Amino acid sequence: MSEILHLSNVSRHFSGLQALRDVTISVNKGEVLGLIGPNGAGKTTLVNTICGVTPASSGVVTFDGKDITWVKTYQAARLGLSRTFQIVQPFAEFTALDNVAAAALFSHPGESLKSAREEARAHLAFVGLDAQANQSAATLTLAMRKRLELAKALAMKPKLLFLDEVNAGLNSAEVERATKLIHQLAAGGITIVMIEHLMRVVLNVCTRIAVLHNGQLIADGQPRDVIKNPAVVDAYLGQQYAQRNAARG
Amino acid sequence: MTRVNLALLILIACVASLPLFGGAYALRVGTIACMYAIFALSWNIVGGFAGYPSFATAAFFGFGAYATGILLNKGVPLSVAVIGSLVMCFLLATALGTVLLRLRGHYFAIASLSLVEVFRELVNNATDLTGGGMGLNIPLASGSGILADATFFFYAMWGLLLITAVVVMIVSASKLGFGLNCIRQNETASNMVGLNSTLYKSVAFGLSACFVGTAGGIYAAWVHYIDPSDVFDILYSVKPIVMALMGGLGSPLGVVCGAFVYLGLEEVVWRNYIQIHSGVLGVLIIMLLLFLPHGLISLRSGMFWRKAKHV
Amino acid sequence: MLAVQVLINALVLGCLYACIAIGFSLVWGVLNVINLIHGSFIVLGAYLAWSAYQWLGISPWYTLVIAAPLFFAFGYLLQQLLLNRVISAPVLVTLTLTFGLDLILNNAMIYYFKADYRKLTLSPPTGSISLFDVVVPVDRLIATASALALTGLLYLLLRRSKVGRAIVAVRLDRDAAVLMGVDVKSIYAIAFGLGAALAGCAGVLMALIFPISPLTSSAYLGKAFVVCVLGGLGSVSGALAGGLLLALVEGIGSTLIGPAHATTLSFVLLIIFLVVRPQGLLGRKGFE
Repeated sequence: MSEILHLSNVSRHFSGLQALRDVTISVNKGEVLGLIGPNGAGKTTLVNTICGVTPASSGVVTFDGKDITWVKTYQAARLGLSRTFQIVQPFAEFTALDNVAAAALFSHPGESLKSAREEARAHLAFVGLDAQANQSAATLTLAMRKRLELAKALAMKPKLLFLDEVNAGLNSAEVERATKLIHQLAAGGITIVMIEHLMRVVLNVCTRIAVLHNGQLIADGQPRDVIKNPAVVDAYLGQQYAQRNAARG
Repeated sequence: MTRVNLALLILIACVASLPLFGGAYALRVGTIACMYAIFALSWNIVGGFAGYPSFATAAFFGFGAYATGILLNKGVPLSVAVIGSLVMCFLLATALGTVLLRLRGHYFAIASLSLVEVFRELVNNATDLTGGGMGLNIPLASGSGILADATFFFYAMWGLLLITAVVVMIVSASKLGFGLNCIRQNETASNMVGLNSTLYKSVAFGLSACFVGTAGGIYAAWVHYIDPSDVFDILYSVKPIVMALMGGLGSPLGVVCGAFVYLGLEEVVWRNYIQIHSGVLGVLIIMLLLFLPHGLISLRSGMFWRKAKHV
Repeated sequence: MLAVQVLINALVLGCLYACIAIGFSLVWGVLNVINLIHGSFIVLGAYLAWSAYQWLGISPWYTLVIAAPLFFAFGYLLQQLLLNRVISAPVLVTLTLTFGLDLILNNAMIYYFKADYRKLTLSPPTGSISLFDVVVPVDRLIATASALALTGLLYLLLRRSKVGRAIVAVRLDRDAAVLMGVDVKSIYAIAFGLGAALAGCAGVLMALIFPISPLTSSAYLGKAFVVCVLGGLGSVSGALAGGLLLALVEGIGSTLIGPAHATTLSFVLLIIFLVVRPQGLLGRKGFE
């Protein structure tokens, strides 16, 4: 399997607060990597650092063979890195269609607004929002906005997609639906890194799990093994979960 | 060509017929009307489309006025001098924009306001080049009688208005306009989808300055004498904002209507309340902001164009 | 010694600058409103002192005491009746509104007092003291001391009184303050009133030192801006830090490149700080 993303001793501090500490990790093409850990562990900071929102204080980030430690956000986007936000960030006044068209338009210089809008329809259909294409983003429900966010991320034709808690705030049925979409995406060959708290989703979808705690990587490997790792149980999963899991065998 | 754009072009075309109806006074008012409309349209690019409340209009108006004035004094023909102002203002504003547009909200507003102060002081102190506080005398460009002079400058300003309006319409329908709209709604998301927001904002700032600067150049040639406190007047920065708010932020037709209505009110107030005219202007502003926050265009069939979102 | 004189001048001027700016800083920090009427409030305070002395023989020290509640009431009403309506509107609207209000106030002052410069000259004149080649006019010294006293009073108010704590709470986190049971609307009005009172009192002090005219209001406003950006918003220490820094830079700049450039220098400094460190020396980031 070829490596698509590599972080080498990446650290990030915010005047006194060490958010990331010497994180070294690789992501291989076609993987679905689950990034888990308690709140404040640095998961979103890690994604922000890779995508150029907050540059690393030290360390090197390599993507697809290129050093992207210092690239700006929009450059990372054009290189093939795409992400969804934990708190959705739509263009509130635009229709769902234009939201997705914007993503298609600006991530690939040379596109025209017309062709971007055509492409947008396909992506909206994929996430099941074709009926809402001409509705303003502000009028959509949270679940729909999360799917819109996904459609936007996909319209960028990413090589690597970060999903930041796509399931937060969704009910079971909506979570099922989102998980199915993610399966489809993975089957389509996109490399995915997902920050997630719902363990059943993580175990269902991810081919590998990495665990962050206090900015440090404390585990990285096959899902079955990681969830049994005592350090992980201590920091995040909790004894109850471990016992339930052991009972299930 | 949308209906609204067509309406705007028709409105501008109607204004062109002004010299047929009036004498020197009408021409003077008409020239100022065109100038105000240029200010409003230009401001709208960075304030309405991109959502950055710029108070820098006066800075570039003054800069353009002095640029043309100085060039004319060196014997450069008027058309070249005015184009010189256009190009210089565009480049200067785009460059300054890369720095200033990193700021948001209040901070950007103050920084752009400070530009006016800094430019004025710089011009004040560069006495050899600009005449400093004594002002700058500008040679007469054409010389065949007062009315012919006035007509010439009216059409010069009107021509610039037409060009500005066309450029604004093109921008509005283009990728640039779409991008600015994205930036206004959610700058973080814009960057995330691959939009180089710094570039787009800077170009918008450059466009918002170049026609204002050119208008400054025409103004300088028209009045034959300028001094720093006259052209670098903060009011030139505030009036376009009031006009845009009056007419409806974001809509080119709206802001031009706002400019014309504002000028009408200004003329009426000036003639009748000269001693307290700035006070009356103040009252007007307050009434406007409290009772008609979405501008005159919001009265049209009860819908409003662009909400003055959190800038 | 030139260097010491420049330093002493800067110290004295710095405290005066801080006094000019503190009301403005409070309003900006707490209400997130840039109050463009601030300069005119100061000039109005100066006129109050001048008129009281000129026509009623009331010494400026007494005027100071009268000015505070008068201006507080004025500011409070202004906020309640007008500014409150646009309190959550974007920057553009609040800036333009206060600009409009300033036009009215300024025009009114020009109408009634005329634009000519007036000077409040105390009789008998107070002279100046000189110590080791350093000369300081007494009126400036007393004004500085009063300015420091005023800022000290505000500091105590913000630290010790219930209202003061509420104001600081709203400044730090408006939403949290609401959840804590603070009546934010009334705090806004109080803060604005306080800002106006401080401006009025600053004006009374300025009357002792500088010539008075409605034309100077934008100069005071400009200084207040720069001090806030340099020092940080909403805090007394920020205003002092900003005021001292500005006075120092102006003083040194004047000595090195001439007094004509002092204003330009202050605005260039403003822009530099806005770009490099928008929260100022002592402020906290994120408050736009």
